[in-house]
Amino acid sequence: MATREVISTGNELAAIAAVDAGCKFFGGYPLTPSSEVMHVVSDLLPAIGGVAIQMEDEIAGICAVIGAAMVGQRALTATSGPGMSLKAEQLGLAQMAEVPLVCVNVMRGGPSTGLPTRVSQGDILQSKNPSHGDYKSITLCAGSLAECYTEVVRAFNIADRFMQPVIVLLDETIGHMHGKADIPTLEEVQAGIVPRKKFDGAPEDYFPYECEHDEPAVLNPMYEGYRYHFTGLHHDKNGYPTEEIETCRKLIQRLDDKVALHEDEVESYEEFMMDDAEVMIIAYGSVSLAAKESIRHLRADGIKAGLFRPITIWPSPATKIKEYTDKIKNVIVVELNIGQFHSEVQRAAARLDIEGLFKVNGRPLSPHEIVSKVKEVF
Amino acid sequence: MAFNYEKYLRLEKMPTLWCWGCGDGVILKAFVRAIDKMGINQDDICVVSGIGCSGRFSSYVDFNTVHTTHGRTIAYATGIKLARPEKMVVCVAGDGDALAIGGNHTIHGCRRNIDMTMIIINNFIYGLTNSQTSPTTPQGMWTVSQKAGNIDPTFDTCNLAIAAGASFVARETMLEPKKLEKILIKAMQHKGFSMMEVLSNCHINLGRKNKMVSAMENLEWIDSISISKKKYDTMTEEEQLNLLPLGVLKQDLEVREYCDMYKEIQKVHQGERKKITQDDFVKKI
Repeated sequence: MATREVISTGNELAAIAAVDAGCKFFGGYPLTPSSEVMHVVSDLLPAIGGVAIQMEDEIAGICAVIGAAMVGQRALTATSGPGMSLKAEQLGLAQMAEVPLVCVNVMRGGPSTGLPTRVSQGDILQSKNPSHGDYKSITLCAGSLAECYTEVVRAFNIADRFMQPVIVLLDETIGHMHGKADIPTLEEVQAGIVPRKKFDGAPEDYFPYECEHDEPAVLNPMYEGYRYHFTGLHHDKNGYPTEEIETCRKLIQRLDDKVALHEDEVESYEEFMMDDAEVMIIAYGSVSLAAKESIRHLRADGIKAGLFRPITIWPSPATKIKEYTDKIKNVIVVELNIGQFHSEVQRAAARLDIEGLFKVNGRPLSPHEIVSKVKEVF
Repeated sequence: MAFNYEKYLRLEKMPTLWCWGCGDGVILKAFVRAIDKMGINQDDICVVSGIGCSGRFSSYVDFNTVHTTHGRTIAYATGIKLARPEKMVVCVAGDGDALAIGGNHTIHGCRRNIDMTMIIINNFIYGLTNSQTSPTTPQGMWTVSQKAGNIDPTFDTCNLAIAAGASFVARETMLEPKKLEKILIKAMQHKGFSMMEVLSNCHINLGRKNKMVSAMENLEWIDSISISKKKYDTMTEEEQLNLLPLGVLKQDLEVREYCDMYKEIQKVHQGERKKITQDDFVKKI
């Protein structure tokens, strides 16, 4: 893959990635520690004829994004935990009406106002089900500066493939980290863009929500001669509200199945020194950087540790996790919350003896803390 | 020849969910006639609605249509309009939708002055959810959430829109559909944010315990609380107290439209002009 070397921050790279991936619209609201994403797109988007608008609140930010996406544009919003809470209902509409968009969440300490300028990974479970009802969220998590770029690009392609919102989790440490990163060239990114499916037959033959049981709706951009209806209500093949029993059941089952039956298309993880590992550390986001460092120290002390890092958090790489946890006895999940992904690992592994190292004081985890914990519990 | 509504309606969605005698249908028909008179292609207009009885408006008309969440109509419409500024966007919302849960978006929509029309159907009550107090429910009236009588002060939709900076503000009732049609055309032809309040009846949920159990009684009440702006302007403050003026209440053609202004932002970033300063605006503070 052709790459270019840049010196930047995670938030800035997320913004640049969106524009490189063809995003033309940003709607948002200032929210620490994500605001730099808005600052950067406010310069980049108008320069290419796009629009970045600061709305009156977080809710309006994502509403505008959904509106632009209905018109056919790739659209982005960025926020942090409190903003995710506010955007939740609209994310539900985007799931129901099958409107693709990318939502970057730079995680800070919660709940509530929490620790606005400090790091956490407390939004893992929120990102699984931000809104009420049944659907299958797709959530990606950047574990390096370069991934702040590549995962946002990937998110746009996945959003258009599955016709639904995709959440990209950064955390405050990654978002504000400043350093060197090797990212794909613009040509590489553009060559990888898979545009949304479009129906090009006669308008009278077009039924946007009539599709296979495991496929997303085919939604043509508005104003192009294919008139149909968007709604958050249960709807029929035209998008018209309905309470017809079988139509309702099929719709919700399809929203789940379109992702559940194609998880392989979104699954992504990294295995670091796992070949001979006798201790498996599971970590993601900025914590994985400390985990990698800790593994070098542990190995120097004769402990064969390795890292499994989910990049796609939801749907979780459960099959792969089970494969490892069936083989390896000593497993520890290290995260900046009280076991949010730990519970998912226990579920995937069907084991209740998974160890955890959790930290919730707004400070990053150091390699030393991970080394000590591993030595203590195994 | 009678007007042919069929072209503009989704006949498979008929009959509507609205109660017999509801004013929403009268407003829908006036709107459709206005669009026809303006000669707008059905593909070139998007109707966005929120939640409530008015929320169903969008599903009955054969345009590009969006039924959004409660109160967020203008926010969705903002994204739609900015993505395709050359196309037309009309928002339809109710009094609870636009003035309670969506109040923030309403005031900022007025302030921003994006070229779109907001039709607020004001029936003075939450109709769809069975008679709860809305921000326009008159004080002293019975609601299911204030059975002792509503004590919440009422919003004047048009005064709110004027204060928030909407460049076109008008009020009409559904009692005179022809007049409504004409004023809707004015609202939609206005370049900028146009707020169009339409007073309508809900004899089922406003009327049932407020001595207006029939549509006629409810309409007579609407007639008794509204008066043309021309007459209203000749009255003393005391006479004006319990009346709502009808007609175009404000039209300001000087305010810059937002999408046009955003093009100037794009020019700055594309190196075609220097940055925007206070000199670009008549009003400095």
